[in-house]
Amino acid sequence: MRKILLLVVVLITGVVFAGRLFYLQVYDTSFQQLSQNNAVKVLYDYPQRGYIFDRNGELLVSNQPSYDVMVIPREVKPLDTTEFCKLLKITKGRFDTILQKAHVYSPRLPSVVIPQLTKSEYAFLSEKMYKYEGFYIQKRSLRDYQVAHSANVLGYIAEVNKRIIKENPYYQMGELIGKQGVELQYEELLRGVKGVKYIQKDRFNRDIGPFNNGAFDTLPKKGKDLTLTIDEKLQEYGEKLMVNKRGGIVAIEPETGEILSLVTAPNYDPGLLVGRERSKNFTRLWYDTIAKPLFDRGLQGEYPPGSPFKTLTALIGMQEAVIDSQEHIACHGGYFYGRGRKLACHRHPSPLAMVGGIANSCNTYFCTVYRRSIEKYPTPQKGMNAWENHLESFGLGHYLGYDLPSGRPGKIPDAETYNRMYPNNNWYATATISNAIGQGEVLMTPIQMANFTAAIANRGWYYTPHVIKKIEGTDTIPSEYTTKHQTTIDPKYFEPVVEGMHQVYTSGTAYYIGIPDIEICGKTGTAENFIRVDGKRMQLTDHSIFVAFAPKDNPKIALAVFVENGYWGSRWAGRIAGLMIEKYLKGEITRKDMEKYVLEGSLEEEYAKPYSGEPFKINR
Amino acid sequence: MAAGKGLVKLDWLTIFLYIALVAMGWMNIYSASLDTTATSFWDLDQIYTKQLLWIFMSVILIVFILAIEAKFYERFASVIYLASLLSLLGLFVFGKTIAGATAWYSLGGVSLQPSEFAKAATALALSKFLTDIQVDIHKFTDQLKAFVIIALPAILILLQPDAGSLLIYVAFIFPLYREGLPFIYLLFGFFAAFLFVLTLAVGAYWVSGMVLLLAVFIFMVDFYKFKRKRPNTLKYIVIVAACIGFSFSVNYIFNNVFQQHQRDRFNILLGKEVDSKGIGYNLNQSEIAIGSGRWLGKGWTEGTQTKGKFVPEQHTDYIFSTVGEEWGFLGSMVVVFLFVGLIVRILILAERQKNAFSRIYGYSVASILFFHFFVNIGMVTGLFPTVGIPLPLFSYGGSALWGFTILIFIFIRLDGANSYYGL
Repeated sequence: MRKILLLVVVLITGVVFAGRLFYLQVYDTSFQQLSQNNAVKVLYDYPQRGYIFDRNGELLVSNQPSYDVMVIPREVKPLDTTEFCKLLKITKGRFDTILQKAHVYSPRLPSVVIPQLTKSEYAFLSEKMYKYEGFYIQKRSLRDYQVAHSANVLGYIAEVNKRIIKENPYYQMGELIGKQGVELQYEELLRGVKGVKYIQKDRFNRDIGPFNNGAFDTLPKKGKDLTLTIDEKLQEYGEKLMVNKRGGIVAIEPETGEILSLVTAPNYDPGLLVGRERSKNFTRLWYDTIAKPLFDRGLQGEYPPGSPFKTLTALIGMQEAVIDSQEHIACHGGYFYGRGRKLACHRHPSPLAMVGGIANSCNTYFCTVYRRSIEKYPTPQKGMNAWENHLESFGLGHYLGYDLPSGRPGKIPDAETYNRMYPNNNWYATATISNAIGQGEVLMTPIQMANFTAAIANRGWYYTPHVIKKIEGTDTIPSEYTTKHQTTIDPKYFEPVVEGMHQVYTSGTAYYIGIPDIEICGKTGTAENFIRVDGKRMQLTDHSIFVAFAPKDNPKIALAVFVENGYWGSRWAGRIAGLMIEKYLKGEITRKDMEKYVLEGSLEEEYAKPYSGEPFKINR
Repeated sequence: MAAGKGLVKLDWLTIFLYIALVAMGWMNIYSASLDTTATSFWDLDQIYTKQLLWIFMSVILIVFILAIEAKFYERFASVIYLASLLSLLGLFVFGKTIAGATAWYSLGGVSLQPSEFAKAATALALSKFLTDIQVDIHKFTDQLKAFVIIALPAILILLQPDAGSLLIYVAFIFPLYREGLPFIYLLFGFFAAFLFVLTLAVGAYWVSGMVLLLAVFIFMVDFYKFKRKRPNTLKYIVIVAACIGFSFSVNYIFNNVFQQHQRDRFNILLGKEVDSKGIGYNLNQSEIAIGSGRWLGKGWTEGTQTKGKFVPEQHTDYIFSTVGEEWGFLGSMVVVFLFVGLIVRILILAERQKNAFSRIYGYSVASILFFHFFVNIGMVTGLFPTVGIPLPLFSYGGSALWGFTILIFIFIRLDGANSYYGL
């Protein structure tokens, strides 16, 4: 016992140490992580973000350097605060608060003291920075907008938040990411790939050379330049026309599906979301819950399409062989159905065939066609589904699939919709008769309307609308934008509809807003609408709607214009559509009277009505 | 000459283990103190170069130690011991204070720490005392004398103050026990240590309660098992009272006598305080460094924690963290194995000595090495409170290296003189 006690103790100690070392080094992996955290610093080298051009090669977005004053709190040495505050143009109290906040965030990591200095501020300050230990100036790259429009298309970049970092480990705190529009949609192309440098640190957090001789370091890859399908001049003009109105304009090149312009109103200058005032400006835009400038009405606004929908009713009627384009239908001031119920119509010649029906927008005509289309089938359910199937082939009722991150699917009702509304599936075509004229349950976004107009212009097919025209370094764009979508309507049925749309200008509802030397096909729309204010349902002035394409043969532009509460279709939307077409095709405006009317007109008074708290009259 | 005769009988396995540990130690010191700004390897400002110099001088020292007649160490043990005590006393007059402890003589550019040499001297003196034919370790007066021999240098070291080195003198309980000290001392020591830690962990009141319960339980068993014999109630009361008294005095000493940094060290180890920035920083960084080594380590001079100098005192007391980080689990195991091997080898040799002096001395050497090994690696891996003592032959420091070299090679010399090989 006496001889072996120490021996045993020594051996036991050896075994205990072996166990402890096994636990520390092999079993518990958390120490390895900690080691990486405190001994190796990762430095990122950010590449230039890609530029954005319009379809004609005009530069829309480039980059500008920006300078942030940064602080690492624990490296701060006593300093002449008064002088420094004077340099930074802030008060002593503000300076102390900023420093305190930075310290709470982390004593070791950099925090921003003053973001985004101007170039002259930077030049002045950089000479004196050596005096203030722990403070330094960090160069960043911000967007530099060459144009004051297209904010909804271009989107913006902003600092990543914690949720994004969690989902996508590529991003680190303080980095910038596309948050909306093209910046978000093509983020990975635009941003490029950041380079990484691993730096070995000592315990004072000082660099002592590259980690592992730079074996893990990578070089940054430059972001790709993008060319958009947007026509910068048309877009600018569209936004100008929409001043003091709310709504959207979507113009598409029918042949390719390229979006020529995508206007929403009200909008904002994209430059507002860059620089020192960004947060203030963003808050102001974000909290404007009445005008909603951040809401892209062209993509997200779901509206009843109104009369332009009649072109689709006509096409479906012919495809279902329930109407011949030559058949005349009489109108006695409205469509009578059920027990004395009536869907009113306005004054126009009667009876009318298809061309005249479209030109004069006769409700009776299209209610008749619609009802026949549904009732052709043994049950209204089957009829409704067949009808919905045709409309789906125009890209309606679902997300359209364009390359911008926001949008709505719109609504095309099917049998299920009405089965849910009516008990025991007890409903008939007449219950859904409003659909015939684009009211009822039908909802579309302006881009969907522009798209079906393009499909009509093409006589039966379309490409998914898109804003990407060219990506630097490749000759192709994503294949979903080069795949032709065929509608369920036979091309031969389009001619009477196109002719009808043409007569809208020659003898129909838009006779007074024609453009000289351009054969436009269009369709007016006037849609009833309601809102709820304080729980009370109120009817507002009708939406002014217009869809058009031109020229009639071999069309170059198809567009939809939507002006909220603009009253009848040709009043605002029709004029705007004509001006946009003229601007795009001719490059200059001959109908100066029309331009003057639109530019000087304002609907602000109309928009203020429901919030005035007083009873108001509509449609004046 | 005796040396020539002895040379053939040197225990080469021990020498091999010694060389292996010193060589590995230097490699780790090199890595831990590597300074990229150094102009030349031979720059004497560099810690690793200095240590290399100390190692070369150790070789000279070894030749001297082996050249001296073995009997010299036994005969002059008392003289060496007295000289050692004087050198410790002299510190109070001529000593140089480094990091709060007046433990150094400064000779030119070189600092020497006499407490590192006092271990060998005390081991010699104790061995000499116990081999005296008139000494009987079973007698209380002789136990007391042995205790005084150990306590004198220990007290002088405590006064420096250097609590860490003091702890090493507890190691002498092993040779004493080997030579016949009653087991009760060991048991008592162990039980006291156990109560000490338990008191700090759960408090004196809980410990008192536990002791009381345990005593009542044993008393009952005693009472019912041996019905005919009445248990000595008084004995129970005295033991329980002593335990409770000890527990409360530990409480008192801990709170009133210990310094704050010593209290903190215990509290961190017991998990009562979590502080990775201040006092717990050393241990935390050491564990991170060792833990990041994984199976095979990051490679010599490739340790990120070592390069970044995150572990304070890494080339001295925390040298093992470099081993852990750069050589990984396998390398650490090799080092642990070599230490265990060296200690066990010395123990085996000690048991085989013909004369008692060599045996006791060998035992003392093994015990001292073991205590250093146990306390140091225990501290670095977070099993033992932070006590600043070096890892033998590994840590940077000339005095420590020389101290251990002397300690080990005197034994090798003594061993060589006893020609048991013929038996």
